[in-house]
Amino acid sequence: MADNYNEKVKDHFLNPRNVGEIRDADGIGTVGNPICGDIMTIYIKVKNNKIKDIKFKTFGCAAAIASSSIGTELVKGKTLDEAMKLSRDDVANELGGLPAIKLHCSNLVSDAVREAIKDYRKRKK
Amino acid sequence: MKRIYMDYSATTPVDKEVINEMTPYFDKYFGNPSSIHSYGREAYEAIEKSRSKIAGILNADADEIIFTSGGTESDNLGIMGVAYLNKDKRNSKGNNIITSTIEHPAVLETCKHLEKQGFNIKYLPVDNYGLIRNEDLEEAISKDTFLITIMYANNEIGTIEPINEIGRIANKYDVLFHTDGVQAVCKTPIDVEKSNIDLLSISSHKIYGPKGVGALYIKKGVKIHPLTYGGGHEKGLRSSTYNTPGIIGLGKACELGKSRLKKDMSHLKNLRDKLIKNTLKIESSYLNGHPTKRLVNNAHFCFEATEGESLNLMLDEKGIASATGSACSSKKLQASHVLTAIGLNPEKAHGSLRLTLGRGNTEQDVKYVAKVLPEVVNNLRKLSPLWNR
Repeated sequence: MADNYNEKVKDHFLNPRNVGEIRDADGIGTVGNPICGDIMTIYIKVKNNKIKDIKFKTFGCAAAIASSSIGTELVKGKTLDEAMKLSRDDVANELGGLPAIKLHCSNLVSDAVREAIKDYRKRKK
Repeated sequence: MKRIYMDYSATTPVDKEVINEMTPYFDKYFGNPSSIHSYGREAYEAIEKSRSKIAGILNADADEIIFTSGGTESDNLGIMGVAYLNKDKRNSKGNNIITSTIEHPAVLETCKHLEKQGFNIKYLPVDNYGLIRNEDLEEAISKDTFLITIMYANNEIGTIEPINEIGRIANKYDVLFHTDGVQAVCKTPIDVEKSNIDLLSISSHKIYGPKGVGALYIKKGVKIHPLTYGGGHEKGLRSSTYNTPGIIGLGKACELGKSRLKKDMSHLKNLRDKLIKNTLKIESSYLNGHPTKRLVNNAHFCFEATEGESLNLMLDEKGIASATGSACSSKKLQASHVLTAIGLNPEKAHGSLRLTLGRGNTEQDVKYVAKVLPEVVNNLRKLSPLWNR
């Protein structure tokens, strides 16, 4: 392997938080591409303009799975505007760093969260 | 935690007998084999014995073996050595080399390098099992072809190429035949004479020898251009002070490999077949490579909707060391060129797992994998948006 993952990344990879689907989700966002080896779907429940519940499903490497886990943790309970601002650096920093070649994986979750929020806002219109 | 090593095609532990054989050459017999005094002579005699042992596993003569630093250098020296000499020769045959799309990077990157220098390289496709087709090879040969370089057996999917046929065709058209034998040596009987092989690369650390040493077989009468210049070692073809302990280790590894070949092969084949049978019970799992024309120690699978690096790491957590051809585990973030060449779509290629067996593996290891692997695949599928069952 190019670089080793730290203990926090390993923990979120081996015991990912917020895994699953929300059947009556208020918004769903899917990003990535199986050809690149990463695909992620985020489901959100929204109440009072806040993310009340969030679940994910991810096909990808350990970095993608760990990023999904920590990214969903970071935005849970946040307002939609706050959640829209989730950046790849937030995700990577919260994980205590990712190998350089894996930094792009932390983009996925912030993109997927934004897609889910956009989906929610579109449905509301 | 109990640990099981199933990545023997990446590297092997050095055999105790090999270590014992090597040890005195670090201090007791430390002389430079090129020196004239008794210290030099005793080291010289030992490396020459080693040369014979290496030749012994190929049915070659000792003077047809050149020591190198490993498989990569052997491939580089074999291919570029022939190419550069061919370029120099007044009666040069032309500038075409034929290889396959599934070679190890040590061969592919060497070919690409030569391509930049004006050589013409033809890359033969392979079928779904990873076999080249003899008719494709014959069709690719032109009056400009001076070298065919096709691997003996593939390092990822374990497919053994039709070496005798390639040798026969090369001979028929008077083209030199180099083969990367790194994965095949000590796992299948090799006879360079019978197979019409002109050059063959060997690596020590794949056959229970030390790292950092290898050899290149060069058939008598075949000329190559050196790539390193210096003291004129190895008939001027590979200058560099002899790595005496490494060479002694490689020789011993070859001697052991030859004497144990039958035993090793039946042990590995038995375990491999059980491993494959057990694993294919997992839903939506596939074997890659040829069902029978494959290395006795190689099992290579795809599991739908799972990703290889995650598989490797979860198995590692359970104490099982494995490998993958997934893009996410590579430095280039591209799916394995071998899996792409056998026609796997990228999604499937990402979900690949290589388990390669060795002397240290037991029936218990195979049973443990049969218990753990379905759980791990299942856990990853629970996470996967591509799994809808």
